[in-house]
Amino acid sequence: MNTTWSRFNVTSIVLGFAFLYLPIVLLIVFSFNESKLVTVWGGFSTKWYVSLFHNQGLMDATWVTARVGVISATVATVLGTLAALTLTRYTRFNGRVLFSGMVFAPLVMPEVITGLSLLLLFVAVGLDRGFFTVTLAHITLTMCFVAVVVQSRLVSFDRSLEEAAMDLGATPAKTFFQITLPVILPAIVSGWMLAFTLSLDDLVIASFTSGPGATTLPMKIYSQVRLGVTPEINAACTILIAVVAVGVIIASIANKRREVQRQLDEQAAQRG
Amino acid sequence: MKSLGSIRRDFAPWNDPNAKPYIQFDNVTKKFGDFTAVNNLSLTIFEREFFALLGASGCGKSTLLRMLAGFEEPTAGRILLDGQDLRGIPPYRRPVNMMFQSYALFPHMTVENNIAFGLKQEGMPKPDIEKRVAEMLKLVKLEQFAKRKPHQLSGGQRQRVALARSVAKRPKVLLLDEPLGALDKKLREETQFELMDLQQELGLTFVVVTHDQEEAMTMADRIAIMDKGEVMQVATPAEVYEAPASRFVAHFVGNVNMFEGKVAERSANTTRITGPSGAQIVVENGGAAAAANADIVFAIRPEKIKVSSKKPADAVNALEGEVYDVAYLGDMTVYHIRLDDGQIVRASALNAARVTEDPLTWNDRAWVSFRPDAGVVLAR
Repeated sequence: MNTTWSRFNVTSIVLGFAFLYLPIVLLIVFSFNESKLVTVWGGFSTKWYVSLFHNQGLMDATWVTARVGVISATVATVLGTLAALTLTRYTRFNGRVLFSGMVFAPLVMPEVITGLSLLLLFVAVGLDRGFFTVTLAHITLTMCFVAVVVQSRLVSFDRSLEEAAMDLGATPAKTFFQITLPVILPAIVSGWMLAFTLSLDDLVIASFTSGPGATTLPMKIYSQVRLGVTPEINAACTILIAVVAVGVIIASIANKRREVQRQLDEQAAQRG
Repeated sequence: MKSLGSIRRDFAPWNDPNAKPYIQFDNVTKKFGDFTAVNNLSLTIFEREFFALLGASGCGKSTLLRMLAGFEEPTAGRILLDGQDLRGIPPYRRPVNMMFQSYALFPHMTVENNIAFGLKQEGMPKPDIEKRVAEMLKLVKLEQFAKRKPHQLSGGQRQRVALARSVAKRPKVLLLDEPLGALDKKLREETQFELMDLQQELGLTFVVVTHDQEEAMTMADRIAIMDKGEVMQVATPAEVYEAPASRFVAHFVGNVNMFEGKVAERSANTTRITGPSGAQIVVENGGAAAAANADIVFAIRPEKIKVSSKKPADAVNALEGEVYDVAYLGDMTVYHIRLDDGQIVRASALNAARVTEDPLTWNDRAWVSFRPDAGVVLAR
């Protein structure tokens, strides 16, 4: 293997990483800025983190976002899993192509259109915009992502597992809860996390469908930034990044551990 | 007394006109869209029988098994188990269990929970489940692996877990779909005998699907040879090999030489056949196919043909030719002899002694000879 670093390699790596991470690094660095001016370094301080926790508006928005995220991700996971099951299991019903197209269309639908059409719907049926409508909108947005994740797992699912369970006397319902669900659970969990993340950082659809008293964190940040970026916002964003990063790292470590363990087990089994 | 093959067993309910069939396929047809997987098939299997469905892939043998398990319903016809019509009974209420080709072990459960799964479904009390699971683990010699998950086992161990799980409920019938397909050759041979012992020990009826003729011959009491959704012959392994019912069966099981010819003369015990080049073959008991003047084929297995450098003095049937190919396999030697009329005959000789007194090699003149009862006459 070539271990020397050519000038070209170094340049591309530096440029690539700078492109990806410079803005984020800047944001994190300035969240520890003493000065109130965002672009002028005035020394190290954590005071913005302290004041962040006293900013009632931001804290409320965080709470709203968390609730919307958990509820919408959970409902979307149930609906998305059901859709994925239908699409992989009942391959010969009439209108399957249309149905699967309709489930997956929101994946590529511009968010502005999704948001606007949902807004029109809520107005038409006379739903007061607020917490409930944002949650509904996020279910619509994230359901298809869950369906995609779960469906890709179901495609490689060995149907003879279910047949074996039924052969051994389990009714279809028991088979689903005791065999199918536990086996596809990892995919369902990743679907949930994906849905939660999508809900967490959605600004466009939330702006269309939210109402008074149900401002989500992205909306709050966006509206504050329009009045000028404060280091407080930098601090809030840094915390968000930290939360996401910790989640991703934990998930990948767990995954890696499981993989290593599985390989060890298999080697042990080969030896007998 | 003469008998086909060398194994004679007392167990032969299919020859007893009073024996009650245990599993009965009555004119069963199964269609998938336009494709007919099983075509108007009738078959009976007896209690405690080890029955094999043998055929190439796509011949309908797995479909037959899946209909018995309840995963598919016949398009027409009916299936009876112990006198009960199985139509409409879902798989989870049928007194049959299946061992799957992929084993289908539940990956999130330990070995003992896999085995206990079926027992829990029928609501067996916990102490009884524990007892039965321990018994099953002992049966398949996996006691020390009870707490392992399937991915922590080798292929052979997984196969045994699958087996233990499928017999744990003491089903009336055990269905085995290519049970040894995923094992390597040596393990497969060992396991064949284990399966036979297990069947004897538990006294169950086994229906096994396989494409491996050796496997079917080794294990089964009777074999059904299938092709294109139909049964070509149902018989004991010895009958299938020594008295195939058709050219297809003769070709499908083992190696065979085919001589095309015409029945020239038929007497009470013998039939004389003339080949296209005028060669004569005398056959004992030509059977139904050997009507006068009928166009027939004479089928003979390679090991029943003797190869020698001189014409044997007492031979009834002897044809002359030239050694075309010789393959020494250790336990036996296979000769390909090109007869003077151009046909190539395969003959195999068991190397019973370490030295041979009549060595033959490429291009030597040679005679092939066989007894009048060495082959069978089949319809063309």
